[in-house]
Amino acid sequence: MAVYRKTYQPYEGVVTPAWSRFLIIPRYAFEEMRKSRFLSLFALGSLVFPLINAFIIYMSHNLGALQAVGLEVPRFLSAQVLFLTLLGFQNMLALFLAFFAGPGLVSPDLANNALPLYLSRPFSRAEYCLGKGSVLLILMSLMTWVPGLLLFGFESYYEGFGWMRENLRLASGIFFGSWIWILFLTLLSLAISAWVKWKPVAAALLFGTVFVSGGIAAMINATLSTQWGHIINITHLVGSVWMGLLGEPVRRGAGAVFFRVARGEEIPLWCCWASLLSICGFCLYLLAKKVKGVEVAR
Amino acid sequence: MQPVIELDGLVVRFGERPILKELSGSFSGRAIGLLGPNGAGKSTLINTLLGFHKPAAGTARILGRDIRSEARAVRALTGYMPENDAFIANMSGVRFVRLMAELSGLPREQAMERAHEAFFYVGLGEARYRNIGTYSLGMKQMAKLAQAVVHGPRLLFLDEPTNGLDPPARRRMIQLIQEIAGRGDVHLVISSHLLRDVEECCDQVLILRDGRIAAFCNLEEERRANRRFLELETRGSSEDFIRDVERMGCETAVSSTGRLKLVLPDGLQIRSLYELACARQVQIRRLHHKRDSLEDIFLKAMENGHGRL
Repeated sequence: MAVYRKTYQPYEGVVTPAWSRFLIIPRYAFEEMRKSRFLSLFALGSLVFPLINAFIIYMSHNLGALQAVGLEVPRFLSAQVLFLTLLGFQNMLALFLAFFAGPGLVSPDLANNALPLYLSRPFSRAEYCLGKGSVLLILMSLMTWVPGLLLFGFESYYEGFGWMRENLRLASGIFFGSWIWILFLTLLSLAISAWVKWKPVAAALLFGTVFVSGGIAAMINATLSTQWGHIINITHLVGSVWMGLLGEPVRRGAGAVFFRVARGEEIPLWCCWASLLSICGFCLYLLAKKVKGVEVAR
Repeated sequence: MQPVIELDGLVVRFGERPILKELSGSFSGRAIGLLGPNGAGKSTLINTLLGFHKPAAGTARILGRDIRSEARAVRALTGYMPENDAFIANMSGVRFVRLMAELSGLPREQAMERAHEAFFYVGLGEARYRNIGTYSLGMKQMAKLAQAVVHGPRLLFLDEPTNGLDPPARRRMIQLIQEIAGRGDVHLVISSHLLRDVEECCDQVLILRDGRIAAFCNLEEERRANRRFLELETRGSSEDFIRDVERMGCETAVSSTGRLKLVLPDGLQIRSLYELACARQVQIRRLHHKRDSLEDIFLKAMENGHGRL
């Protein structure tokens, strides 16, 4: 119907499947983000390191090309170290993305009372959170496990099927390790965004939760001569979980400095899982308390 | 005719505090006005019907769908214009309404088309590409109406739709509401403090007081009934006069200004009132035909408590 027919018309056409509607939120968010030069550059910049790694992999399997032009053959890093470094670096970038994009996810909707508009439609609170979370999950995936697995496939192409089969744990570690981190970050960002309306404060709180927790953990460890302070050190917890996923050999490797687990300071793996899950549970509780159609004054 | 809203012993509590107390009734008007003093439970009732509050007991049905078990289907049938400022920041008006349409299930192209239509419909066609944060209060009200109707709901909840509007904008809003209600294929529930707005737009009125139904009035029937309403200004001791008038079959009420309001039964002539006044030595200084205004109905409901008027 043309816009000049200014009359109310009921809608009787087809409707989209209910399961896919949460994806509308990230689509609109990405359209907005595209307008931000900084975020666009950041997203592009995050692909530089995987490209460098792809170049390293290519060169390490094309030594003949180097020798042919008379260059000395360099000594490249092992594949395991390369992938672990990539995992650590890219996931650190994901954290910075959360600093920039996370605080603005829910807080503007709360400040502008937009939640009743979302939730008065056939659209649930869970879908709202999933939609908002998808903004980060999709971007972070494109930064972390997607390039990681692409590089793994690239390396497998050169090394052959046998290598791929032997190192499948590395691929699964990249995939699940990244997912654990980005899910954790997403939940934390959403919860902080839901409770702190002022973006800089929300970003600072997110920063503090991740970094200051490490400092506090170090103080507890030093004061009480224990390693249990790491139970609140988020990067330590994530690093420990990664080690569990990637296996013992990685422990000796370099890379993933940001998520490093110092020798002798390990805490049991189940404690790390329990601590991470508790924080996630708390974030979900905070979200459930805040993401509502209406606030009730009891 | 299928009822629009059926309340079946609906109870809503906030903590231990009961807000809606066993509301029951069936309403099938095209436009149902929701009236009541502050804290009567009007917004809570709307929010409960939309699924924002869980009933502590009882239930309600909207167009035959249960709000407890079919909340999603209920929300697919309804549109909601909240009372307070509500919008999404950093978005143009048309983009905001398009997003709302898509969340209601419209495909992208249809959502875009209808968002433009809705904006023209509410009279904001020229401002549709402006950031919604820059809209005036009246424009925001219209944008809220646009997002409420964009997906073509069968039931529209309008919470204080004329809040903050200047007289021309209010007139325009009332016209739009009357036009929507007049179509017949969409029902409205209008919550308002402004009795005049409700009187102009609604054919049924539900009056809440302290979480209960204080009165329900079918304005349409009242208008059609052609009952004979009179307003008398008298001088002299009128108590006996009023008692005798009631004995003659009249319904009476004394207004806050001391005027006597009457509904004459069939067959009773006005002359009889003069004769009675003469017998009781009461002077009738003024007499004119006047029906109960919504204000009278509202005030009576506030005095009387429950019941059907």
